[in-house]
Amino acid sequence: MNRYLVIGLLLLVLVLLPSGSPPAGIRVGSKQDPETAILGEMLTQLIRSTGQPSTHLSVGGTTVVFDALRRGEIDAYPEYTGTLIKEIFASEADVTEAQLPSLLAKDGISISRPLGFNNSYALAVRRETAEQLDLKTISDLADHPDMRLGFSNEFIDRDDGWKNLRKVYSLPHERVSGMEHAVSYRQLEVQDIDVMDAYTTDAQLAELDLVLLEDDLAYFPRYDAVVLYRSDLQNRYPELVDKVLQLESAIDEPAIIQLNARVAAQEASERQAAADFLRDEFSVSSDIEDPSLASQVWQRTLEHCDLVRRSLIPAIFFAIPLGVIAAKLPRLGQIILGAVGIVQTIPALALLVLLIAPVAYLNLNTIGAGSMTAVVALFLYSLLPIVRNTATGLATIPPEYGESATALGLSRSFRLFHIDLPLASPSILAGIKTAAVLNVGFATLGALVGARGYGQPILTGIRLNNTSLIMQGAVPAACLAILLQVVFEYSERWLVPAGLRPLSASESDVPKH
Amino acid sequence: MIELRQVSKRFGHQLAVDAIDLTCPKGQTQVLIGTSGCGKSTLLRMMVGLVTPDSGSVLFEGEPLDELTLDSVRQRIGYMIQEGGLFPHLTVRENIAIVPRYLRWQPSESDVRIKELLELTQLPIALLDRYPRQLSGGQRQRVSLMRALMLDPDVMLLDEPLGDLDPMIRAELQQDLRIIFRELGKTVVLVTHDLAEAGFLADRVTLLSHGKIVQQGDFSELIANPVDEFAAKFVQAQRPVFA
Repeated sequence: MNRYLVIGLLLLVLVLLPSGSPPAGIRVGSKQDPETAILGEMLTQLIRSTGQPSTHLSVGGTTVVFDALRRGEIDAYPEYTGTLIKEIFASEADVTEAQLPSLLAKDGISISRPLGFNNSYALAVRRETAEQLDLKTISDLADHPDMRLGFSNEFIDRDDGWKNLRKVYSLPHERVSGMEHAVSYRQLEVQDIDVMDAYTTDAQLAELDLVLLEDDLAYFPRYDAVVLYRSDLQNRYPELVDKVLQLESAIDEPAIIQLNARVAAQEASERQAAADFLRDEFSVSSDIEDPSLASQVWQRTLEHCDLVRRSLIPAIFFAIPLGVIAAKLPRLGQIILGAVGIVQTIPALALLVLLIAPVAYLNLNTIGAGSMTAVVALFLYSLLPIVRNTATGLATIPPEYGESATALGLSRSFRLFHIDLPLASPSILAGIKTAAVLNVGFATLGALVGARGYGQPILTGIRLNNTSLIMQGAVPAACLAILLQVVFEYSERWLVPAGLRPLSASESDVPKH
Repeated sequence: MIELRQVSKRFGHQLAVDAIDLTCPKGQTQVLIGTSGCGKSTLLRMMVGLVTPDSGSVLFEGEPLDELTLDSVRQRIGYMIQEGGLFPHLTVRENIAIVPRYLRWQPSESDVRIKELLELTQLPIALLDRYPRQLSGGQRQRVSLMRALMLDPDVMLLDEPLGDLDPMIRAELQQDLRIIFRELGKTVVLVTHDLAEAGFLADRVTLLSHGKIVQQGDFSELIANPVDEFAAKFVQAQRPVFA
């Protein structure tokens, strides 16, 4: 019994070990798409050029990053005016760009002037087509009702998409089909369609030499890139804000398309593309040497293990008692098992977003390395296997053992600790093993809130469509899961009472009587 | 020592025990016998509080069993079941000493008592550090007996303790049980379906059928004068043993 105490204490020490300090300096955020990641890198490198330390966190989703800025967990991030109007201030009617500064000021946030490019919807045609038919504006399309239009399904459905576009411009076209965005480019290339929807800064525009038709009736909302930053930054580091604001009107559409194209073609990392731009435009030189692959993997391993230990160990301490309750009080048990089961069905990103508010309320790190949001989500995900296996392990103890214990006059608590839990220990341990392996996998999703670890290269790899980067995260994660599995196999020999382990050959040699 | 007054127990639609009165006098061996499902095990389990009667009362030394006194009463009862009910994760020694450990005896006290019981039950000392699954059926029952006797209880309740053993070992253990119980002067209640075993061990025999007592008294009386057709049949069925 003492060894359980020893293990409990060891685990307690392990979970209480301090984790790596949160990233120092000015924290720059960005979303997960390459374009904002490039802009985030630019901000970070500009800040560093003033001598201030700065870190760049790329996290998932507009709400996550905007809330982090509002709470001051990050100091700045790149955003689009259209997103502010359509998503952040969606609940307020008819917000105009002019109102944004005062709306943001309520949250202590300042907004830069536009950086010079508009990443909005547009209609694209092949250069050849444009020249043949002399197409310059969307209005010009009305003269060619036979043209074939291929739009992404989202564009067809949106209020600011095709539905109203055809009304505003009185477009007579009948041959309109919906398709995947990536497919549209191919269709346009092989001339199966003549017009497609595009984003004005798509990397492929340059690659495929497409022409954007001018939105002459100003139908599409503007998505001007801007920088949002904490207003108090002006007081704390005035020179720094001036530096950042150099980006105002400094990046036009061809420039950003060029940067996007370099990253998309994997000619340069986002960091490298940003550094090259800053060097050419502002003569700012950045030290962007990446650490060696080995040291990167080691660093991510530490970060990943940190997430796992801080979520799995509390889950073990919490889930076993829950499992005991579930087994002893079946009605309450139904509720407990139901609740931890429901948690399992919440998609990771949704759970992370849901958890941000309570975690922020408790004044804990919501995003970044060691994010408590990620830790709490992993904790919740780890509960089910342990609770269920504990409850099942206890419930399936053959009744004669329970009766013997009762008839011997043992108290309930003595029976629980000395009879029931040891008998259920193989099942409980199996539950912990499952939870640990799942946890290592789920922890990669922590990167969605900037918690780093193996998820970081996976997420970057996904957005850049870079398989080798994905492997840099996926392979070590799989290795860690296997390693944990092996450790548990061995610890079973020590933790499961000898009388319950499979018989070895010599032991099974039973004398007759 | 133990007295049941008008106890009844129903499991679902099945009336397992139907208004039974039964007395188990001090120092005697009372055998409950009958076909399976006749209620004999349920009666035994009532005596140690594993089953609570729907009506009627269970008296231990004249006092009714209740939640408060149950645990102290249980420590005065040794309980032994078919297959032994030994805990598989504990060694023989740990199984025997589980109640002393619960009561926080000194380990040396337990060891002294275990040594006495080893002699009494004739279990080889080498088996003490084995796990139950490493023992034969007969050895397991001897360990179970040691565990039941550990606190030197006044009463021993045995539910088909030898049911699963082969005939040779069974005969040997019956012999040992009789010697031990007579020697120690225990009050014993034993459940069995084996007439020979009943005859060998019992001071009094109670034959049960469908939750009711059919016949009660001396074993020889039961053999010689079965009170009704069922009793006659029951005796008849096992007659060849005595031919």
